[in-house]
Amino acid sequence: MSAALVERESRRTARRAINLTRPLIYLCSLLIVIWSVGPFLWQLSTSLQLDRDLIGDQPKLLPIPLCFDHFVNIFVAKNFHRYILNSVVVAGASTLLCLIIGAVAAYALARLDVRGRLGILGFVLAVSMFPQIAVVAPLYVLASNLGWLDTYRVLIVVYLALGLPFVIWVLFGHFRTIPATLDEAARLDGARPLTIFFRIIIPIALPGIVTTGLLSFIASWNEFMFALAFTSDINRQTVPVGIANFTDLHYVPWGDIAAASVVVTFPLVALVLIFQRNIISGITGGAVKE
Amino acid sequence: MPVARTITHVEVESGIRLPRWRPGAWLLLAPALGAIGAVSVYPVLLGLWLSFRNTTLSSPDDAFVGVSNYQQLFADGQFWNAWGHTVEFTGVSTFFETVIGLAMALVLTERFLGRGIVRAAMLVPWAIPTVVTSKMFGWLFDGQHGLVNYLGHFFGLIHTNINWYGSPEFALPTIIMADVWKTTPFMALLLLAGLQTIPRSLTEAASIDGANPWQQFWMVRFPLLAPSLLIAAMFRALDAFRIFDLVYVLTGGGPADSTEVLSTLTYKNLFSALQFGYGSALSTLMFLTEIVIAAGFGVFLLKRFREVKL
Repeated sequence: MSAALVERESRRTARRAINLTRPLIYLCSLLIVIWSVGPFLWQLSTSLQLDRDLIGDQPKLLPIPLCFDHFVNIFVAKNFHRYILNSVVVAGASTLLCLIIGAVAAYALARLDVRGRLGILGFVLAVSMFPQIAVVAPLYVLASNLGWLDTYRVLIVVYLALGLPFVIWVLFGHFRTIPATLDEAARLDGARPLTIFFRIIIPIALPGIVTTGLLSFIASWNEFMFALAFTSDINRQTVPVGIANFTDLHYVPWGDIAAASVVVTFPLVALVLIFQRNIISGITGGAVKE
Repeated sequence: MPVARTITHVEVESGIRLPRWRPGAWLLLAPALGAIGAVSVYPVLLGLWLSFRNTTLSSPDDAFVGVSNYQQLFADGQFWNAWGHTVEFTGVSTFFETVIGLAMALVLTERFLGRGIVRAAMLVPWAIPTVVTSKMFGWLFDGQHGLVNYLGHFFGLIHTNINWYGSPEFALPTIIMADVWKTTPFMALLLLAGLQTIPRSLTEAASIDGANPWQQFWMVRFPLLAPSLLIAAMFRALDAFRIFDLVYVLTGGGPADSTEVLSTLTYKNLFSALQFGYGSALSTLMFLTEIVIAAGFGVFLLKRFREVKL
């Protein structure tokens, strides 16, 4: 059988196999979508329902009548905007620093003559596996000695260090995909390493850097344990701590909790949906193609 | 030309030797290594030191006590209780996340209309803050008004309301379900990446030879996917072992300590009892356990990297 014939035959077989399983695939993907967004949609519906409907005999799937009381309540009575501001400051600053420091380090590892490169990469990876509970007590002692408890800087520095291993690894991967001939040409023209970094590497890798920043922002935005341990003042506490503390004395305010969840998750979900293609290739090292 | 090979030596194609930039390179690495050293390495060493002391924040006690914290720990029923829950949680959740994640990945490797939408939807659980996931499952699994109990009644699966995370029997399974919900789609995307490196021609060749889809999976895809599967599962296990947020927010370790895990137990010893010495012994043991898992993993990874000549 000629090669062309084999090719055609194989295509036909593949097509037939796919046709048979097609309904099954659609059913499975429907289940995956329900699994993924169902709980969040229920939270959204909950946030728009009246308290008395939430504790009725039968749950209502749709929020009819629409009620925005919970959203008003979290901002007016619970100062939720303060937590949001704190989170924006902490996650924003740590992400920015993380990208700058991480990109420079990844560049050195990917392009410059560093002895023990594999060792450093391995060490950075190992550090990212540390159980964070193992550093929380010593850091608490250090922060307390420095007078850094209840400050933005303690969280910014901690999130910076926690985010660095990930940023270094991902950017290292991105930088390695840029042809080395580009820098070599620039070096022959007399460019210094930092010139190459700013003029060649950064512009080419920019989409990857933006995605990496987004991922590290999400990680800092979501972090809970250090924020819980290092802040006790509402003027410095971040969103996760705020939501965790959303309990009233006599009952659980499910509607308010749902509203707060929607407020902090909506921007993330929107960003993730907009950047989904970049994110998927970012977290899988570019292996997933369309 | 092979793009990524000209790194350790600076001789370029033209044969001109360029000057090395070794000091400059270390200067660029310094801020990153400094930050990691200050926030991860130094505190771990400080924690090790604390674990040999009887430091408490509520009293002036702060003296060297040798290994007595560790002796006390091994005789502590609460420690073994938390250890058991952590191992159970890690094992069961990693297992389900890997198996369901693999199934999802297999669906997503097929080409079909709307595949991009499904992939995007799968990122939603991963992006949601874990604290929000806890509260979300707290509401879904609420013993009185939760949607899960209602659906259970509706489909005739249960006849009386189950007090999910309020009962010692169901609390840990509820936490496992929440974690499986949150992490499986992410796992699926990692495995999808592994699956896509397997050339389509291989499964097609197998199908020409008369292999059914089941055989194609076990004979062709699974053996090739095994390394990615192993790496993803180990990463997941390392992460699951340090679970904190879900437990702390959903049950706080209760009811009756039935969901206490090592991280929450350590946190309580540190920040409720203010036993920094004893708590540090606990966290040091956790750290050592992770090192054992990670070391095996690291050796495996490095070997693979050497093979592809990084």
